[in-house]
Amino acid sequence: MEYKVVAGLEVHVQLCTKSKLFCGCGVGFGEAPNSRVCPVCLGMPGALPVMNKEAFEYAVVTAVALNCETAELTKWDRKSYYYPDLPKNYQISQYEAPLGSNGFIEIAAEPGQRKKISITRVHLEEDAGKNLHTGEDFSQVDLNRAGTPLVEIVTGPDMNSSAEVRETAVQLQRIVRYLGVSNADMQKGQMRFEPNINLVITKDGSEYKTPIVEIKNLNSFRALERSVDYEIQRQLEEFAGNGRTKEAGNKTTRGWDEERQATFVQREKEEANDYRYFPEPDLLPVELNREWLKEIREGLCELPIQKQSRYVKEYGLSDNEAGVLTAERSTAEFFEQAISYGGDAKRVCNLLTQVGLKMANETGCRLGELDMKARSVAALAKMIDSGEINAGAASVIMPEMVKSGKEPQIIAEELDLILESDVRELEAIVEQVLSENPKAVEDVKKGDKKSKKAKSFLLGQVIQQTKGRANPKVISQILARKLS
Amino acid sequence: MEVNSAKELREQIAARGIKSVAATGALFERIEAYEPVIGAYISTFKEEALARADEIDAKIAAGKQVGVLGGVAVAIKDNICTNFGVTTCASKMLEDFYCPYNATAVEKLLAADAVIVGKTNMDEFSMGSSTESSGLKVTVNPWDPSRVPGGSSGGSAAAVAAGMCYAALGSDTGGSIRQPACFCGVAGLKPTYGRVSRFGLVAYGSSLDQIGPITQTVADSALMMNVIAGDDPADSTSVGEEYAGICDYLEKIDEPIEKLKIATVPKFNAGADKEVQKAITDALEIYKKAGAEIIEIEMPHLDYAIAAYYVIATAEASSNLARYDGVHYGHRSEKAKDYIEVYSKTRAEGFGNEVKRRIMLGTYALSSGYYDAYYLKALKVRNLIRGDFVRAFESCDCIMMPVSPTTAFKRGEKINEPLQMYLSDIYTIGANLAGIPAISIPCGFDEKGLPIGLQILTAAFTEDKLLRIARMYESQTDWHRRKPNIIS
Repeated sequence: MEYKVVAGLEVHVQLCTKSKLFCGCGVGFGEAPNSRVCPVCLGMPGALPVMNKEAFEYAVVTAVALNCETAELTKWDRKSYYYPDLPKNYQISQYEAPLGSNGFIEIAAEPGQRKKISITRVHLEEDAGKNLHTGEDFSQVDLNRAGTPLVEIVTGPDMNSSAEVRETAVQLQRIVRYLGVSNADMQKGQMRFEPNINLVITKDGSEYKTPIVEIKNLNSFRALERSVDYEIQRQLEEFAGNGRTKEAGNKTTRGWDEERQATFVQREKEEANDYRYFPEPDLLPVELNREWLKEIREGLCELPIQKQSRYVKEYGLSDNEAGVLTAERSTAEFFEQAISYGGDAKRVCNLLTQVGLKMANETGCRLGELDMKARSVAALAKMIDSGEINAGAASVIMPEMVKSGKEPQIIAEELDLILESDVRELEAIVEQVLSENPKAVEDVKKGDKKSKKAKSFLLGQVIQQTKGRANPKVISQILARKLS
Repeated sequence: MEVNSAKELREQIAARGIKSVAATGALFERIEAYEPVIGAYISTFKEEALARADEIDAKIAAGKQVGVLGGVAVAIKDNICTNFGVTTCASKMLEDFYCPYNATAVEKLLAADAVIVGKTNMDEFSMGSSTESSGLKVTVNPWDPSRVPGGSSGGSAAAVAAGMCYAALGSDTGGSIRQPACFCGVAGLKPTYGRVSRFGLVAYGSSLDQIGPITQTVADSALMMNVIAGDDPADSTSVGEEYAGICDYLEKIDEPIEKLKIATVPKFNAGADKEVQKAITDALEIYKKAGAEIIEIEMPHLDYAIAAYYVIATAEASSNLARYDGVHYGHRSEKAKDYIEVYSKTRAEGFGNEVKRRIMLGTYALSSGYYDAYYLKALKVRNLIRGDFVRAFESCDCIMMPVSPTTAFKRGEKINEPLQMYLSDIYTIGANLAGIPAISIPCGFDEKGLPIGLQILTAAFTEDKLLRIARMYESQTDWHRRKPNIIS
């Protein structure tokens, strides 16, 4: 049975504004239940919403960054459903005129390749509170989260593998973090991904579409990827078993069970959900000023995937390396700074990806937050490239730079890591090596196939003699001179 | 110590002719005497009111400035939130609901040194035209206790008419200030939508609701408007000063409008009772004598006002009232076995029939597949009606028509015929759909001795003009001075 995976994502992003979407309560996480509430977000009788301009701006920035067309006039709608964590029993959202539509993002589907994923819509809405199932025969409701600004992003069904679903999610997380509109921490529910997935199966020359499944409760990229893989297998098996195909109303919602690494049915049939949308009469429509939009467009930062592509093209880095460097804005900015101080791109990249990120990881912070100057990293790169120190010495010098705040040159001297560059001294050792290895010298001089290998052998011998403390560049030069 | 208006009282208190505590004390004597019959109040705050009156007297005695309502006893409709007493909306659902905050209009009254005497009865969540839909108590018409006071602000109108307060706040979604004012023989103003903050007004039909005053005189309405009108950052639909400035509504209240041009809608008026029609015709004569020109206009889309209104208002209500679910505050059923039953049983027990009827109507109108045919079409009709008014005001200063086709009807007469009740809103609904200001003032009595009201409508944000036009009539007549038998 041949099959094709068809998947789309519905994404909710909590904006990191100071206050909630329609009241002055602070946006937070982990505070005492119901400590960040007021009559407006509690949905008390008579309370009215007032739009938070900062949240609106964040949402517009997001829509613009996702290459969306922005609505000239956008408005608010009420989405009605009853749930204890929704105090008004309607959610203020955008239905008819979303802020953004018809956008796209690029993902690195395979290293070195780009794929466009369409963005169907981007809109702003308020988050609900949380039901806490604290007791056997009762539940409690915490409304701290109620009213937190939430951007909903809906992609087209353009992903064809679990890896693409993951990559799309990763890109979206990077983008909102680059924009500074969300902390996008999945564990804290600041970014929530809900994939929709089904298969197009080809059997006996006919195509069959399996019923669409929406997966919920995913709080890591790993869970996201695995749940899609699980769902692919499950849908294949289900189709083989009962041959059910997609039809109106048979979409199901399944939850992800992290322990069992499996999805389970949450809502069997998509009940004819009627949200009875209608325009929110308590809020005015919002006109998007063209000038303002222009400012936002012009003020937009370079997005991670653009940077990634540029690093490959401009600096000759591999797509993977560029991806690692651009994953976080602060890392990419640090990298660019180091280069601006004259560090070789490839060398700085290696320093940051092989040593810097490991240090950041161990400290539990971002690379840009390490107490280390880009200028010093550039100096370190230069020292390696000039043969003053071994590349391997960086793993000792960089942590010391953070610890002591000293320049790499000083640290290298103090730790006696500077390589021997005294030509006269080295010439004597080279002479000795050459006289001890006449066969190799002969091979080099013959200039045939063995020449290159012999040259390396001689170089290795000299380095061994100097116990690795000599500048290989200088040795190479001497060797070349003596053997010509 | 006969004082006939809030304005007079305020002036006498400020001039130290009367003490607020004495006036307020006398008022509570009247409340104690009439309230058992009238039933205007859901709650009263005698001790607090007297204490506050004392404070204001002390301020005046100390030569300090007091607000423009300094020491004047005011009542508040019980769908306007106060952080004292209960805010019930006359519903079992909120019978024990203590609101943690004050509505902006209440804050403004307090800042103007008003003395708040109580919260008045109403149709449950403002849904009704007779106050008979109150889930908590019965209010009767002070002119004839066998009749309704009108609604939904029936308690406020009855309290003003019976001298149980000097002025009151009501709210008007489809006539809920003007019709009870008319039935009780007092003045009632529905301001332009956006003129008075709705923050703290428990929503019924959010795009139609507006707080306004019910008073004994036109000048008192102007005085109340001076206190409650204005932009409010807490209400996005309130209108900014830069767009439509407020003014001192009292300043020119006695100046007639020169070359006043009044429009009537003959076809429309023909639907009213003969006696009502005659009273309106007589009122127009008085304006003519004062130099006004009367023209006749057509309002082609007004016939559809009731249909559009009952779709829009109920649709919004079905959403606005969704929050009363027993989860967070208010009544919660004790019979519920799971959370779905918390919803269904709480709402079944807490809401009265009229509220349930309107929630069902509105839910239906918003349902998928019906939205376009009902809600969307109603919005289109609303735009046409708004256009009718805009065009009308290009050729006149104001439109005059009855407030209600009849005078106060008997209690129980229409309560089981909701459609009949809805149809009696025919004259008042237009102003809400168009968002324009309209006032009801007394213009006579029928043979049974029941008050008749004249309704005047002007263009959006022209309350100053509207009040002056109303005052032109009031200054020539003494209907507003008549008191119901119960207190005379």
